Amino acid sequence: MFQTIFVVAVLLLLVKPLGSYMFRVYQGERTFLSIILRPFEGLIYRIAGVNSEEEMGWKRYLLSLLLFNLVLIFSLFLILIFQQILPLNPRHFTGFKWDLAFNTAASFVTNTNWQAYAGEEQASYFTQMAGLAVHNFLSAATGMTVVIAFIRGFARRRTDLLGNFWVDMTRSTLYILMPIATLAALLLASQGVIQNFSDYKKVSLVQQEDYNKPKVDAGGKTVLDSVGKPLLDKTTVKDVTIPMGPVASQEAIKTLGTNGGGFFNANSAHPFENPTPLTNIAEILLILMIPAALTYTFGLMVGNTRQGWTILGIMLFIFLLAFGAVQYMEQGGNPLITKLGVHGVNMEGKEVRFGMAGTSLFTVATTGTSCGAVASMHSSFTPLGGAIPLTLMLLGETVFGGVGSGLYTMLAFAIIAVFVSGLMIGRTPEYLGKKIEVREMWLSLVTILSAGIVVLIFSGIAVATYAGVSSISNPGPHGISEILYAFASMANNNGSAFAGLNADTTFYNILGGLAMLIGRYVPIAAVIAMAGSLASKKYVPPSLGTLPTDKLPFAIWLTLVLFIVGALTFFPSMALGPIVEHLMMLGGA
Amino acid sequence: MKDLKPAILMLVLFTLICGGVYPMLVTGISTVIFPKEAAGSLILDNVGKVRGSMLIGQSFSDEKYFWPRPSATPDFSYNAASSGASNKGPTNKEYLKDVADKVAFLHNNGISGTIPSELVQASGSGLDPDISPESARLQVPRVAKTRGVSENILLDKITKATIKRQFGFLGAERVNVLALNLWLDGALK
Repeated sequence: MFQTIFVVAVLLLLVKPLGSYMFRVYQGERTFLSIILRPFEGLIYRIAGVNSEEEMGWKRYLLSLLLFNLVLIFSLFLILIFQQILPLNPRHFTGFKWDLAFNTAASFVTNTNWQAYAGEEQASYFTQMAGLAVHNFLSAATGMTVVIAFIRGFARRRTDLLGNFWVDMTRSTLYILMPIATLAALLLASQGVIQNFSDYKKVSLVQQEDYNKPKVDAGGKTVLDSVGKPLLDKTTVKDVTIPMGPVASQEAIKTLGTNGGGFFNANSAHPFENPTPLTNIAEILLILMIPAALTYTFGLMVGNTRQGWTILGIMLFIFLLAFGAVQYMEQGGNPLITKLGVHGVNMEGKEVRFGMAGTSLFTVATTGTSCGAVASMHSSFTPLGGAIPLTLMLLGETVFGGVGSGLYTMLAFAIIAVFVSGLMIGRTPEYLGKKIEVREMWLSLVTILSAGIVVLIFSGIAVATYAGVSSISNPGPHGISEILYAFASMANNNGSAFAGLNADTTFYNILGGLAMLIGRYVPIAAVIAMAGSLASKKYVPPSLGTLPTDKLPFAIWLTLVLFIVGALTFFPSMALGPIVEHLMMLGGA
Repeated sequence: MKDLKPAILMLVLFTLICGGVYPMLVTGISTVIFPKEAAGSLILDNVGKVRGSMLIGQSFSDEKYFWPRPSATPDFSYNAASSGASNKGPTNKEYLKDVADKVAFLHNNGISGTIPSELVQASGSGLDPDISPESARLQVPRVAKTRGVSENILLDKITKATIKRQFGFLGAERVNVLALNLWLDGALK
């Protein structure tokens, strides 16, 4: 309880200073870091050949963004494929297969960080640092440029200029992400998150253990006996290999940039990524701070901070609601396990050190934003407990949301809310002094619905094909939840998983890669196009016929619109997965 | 297409900054001010030998040791090189049978009454180094009997070894199983 109050209090305290700092950065004003960073910034523009004074119209802004992201995907793909001939690979990991490389490249550049590979077993230090960690910065910066361009669309009048993409991207990285990540990495390292370039460490076990290892033939296939059971070899484990690596630096930006791709397979459940309750809280705050503070930046840019607080209030309300629900469902334990003579919370896939509240907070923070790091395994949650993170993703990740992407999606919802209420009460649809017309409505709909449509169509394909179904590891409705969760996670650029699903197959790598690309770039294109159209409009001063969008009634209405769109789109598929499973569980099946 | 050149050069520059300078800087500073933590919180025993990491659990099944939580890492339990969870769904029949077997096993090994869930449900990392103080206390009669030491000494040690909630309100109380067992062996003070 105190833990939750603490997180919310610290978050709210950060909103104003961080929000106004970001405002100054994007306005190009001097900040306390300018004295160190300004020279570097200038140098970057000079080397890259960017004229920082030149502003761009929406088409060129979008084109630069897409071109940059295309170059990023292509280069990451090459790094992954050729991992074995690149440096810093003490474990001699081989290159990724092409479909896994495509999926991973799409995943990290789109800020999804869906991981169909296991970090400590497949990715070299070079891949982790020069490949993946870089994209943790740049994909986050990309999201921030989009929302800033969008806000400028509201703030500016009768112009077609939205700013310079290269400048916005460079400033996001240099002034915002880099300094916070460095401090955060040191805080994490002080608690035991490892940071080194040593080779993995072999230690003798205190107690040796025997286990039965399935026999493998020369071709790598398990050998079966006459009745089709795998032949077992008794093996004694005398030592274990403790993995090492530059984890703290990656952990900091993984959370701060709402990326979520862990250094290790177990992600933030791994004791080397998240060793203490303090690191757990720190990671939660890192995930939430930029998305939350951007609402204040937004308020400052449109000249009315109440507009920002209204949006933040809605996010906080849904956040606490979702936290309470997860906490309630998991705290009670799994009734089917309780029946076996067990007491306590549902601990499958959870760590002791975080406690239940710490675990629930992380779950809600990571799926309400587009982070997708996990400190517990959502697949082993109770059915309705697991349905909460799924719902948060399906709501378009607006509960704080990804860096940049959360706020622009929320603003698209706000436009829809303004329009619908305008129709209902006969007021002129206006938002922040800009008339909402057909073009804005269309683009807002594209923004909020494209991910959802991808989720439903792709899940449908997966459920209907052998290649899709054969990856399921849990039978019955839980299998449907696994697939639905996978595509919800990828299309919304979250990256967390109901990890029972075996995702490293050509089918899921390709379909998932496409889901991530569509779920990222279609909304981005729509938002920047909308920014262009809004910026060219004249300012309409509020009149008696204008619906105030910084008051409680609008906040309630916008919350309802969020829920209605979410429920109408996804209720049927949710009913087939988590809801059926919940009823089965209560029935004792 | 005049934006292709900045696209490529920006990638190169930011790879150097974010992929080179940043991790090197963090490594440099943390190696100097947090050398032990940055290197993996390794446990040195009384004679200076590395016995594991405070943060990475190890498997124990011998009756003379405290047992950790179940682990679902590939190949064998607490396979540190390969973290992971069972990811079993809450209504999976095979999984429920597995948990029932674990409960029966603990009942046959000196733990009576209902079992704390963490002793029969695997952690997310498969490497969870901790159990709750309650789970440790339940194992005291077995360990005391096997080792021929008094239960009070063990209970006292558990109380002392309990890691409190951080700052009094963060996380959960817990006992590090590896450290406790190394102490039992006399390898750690």
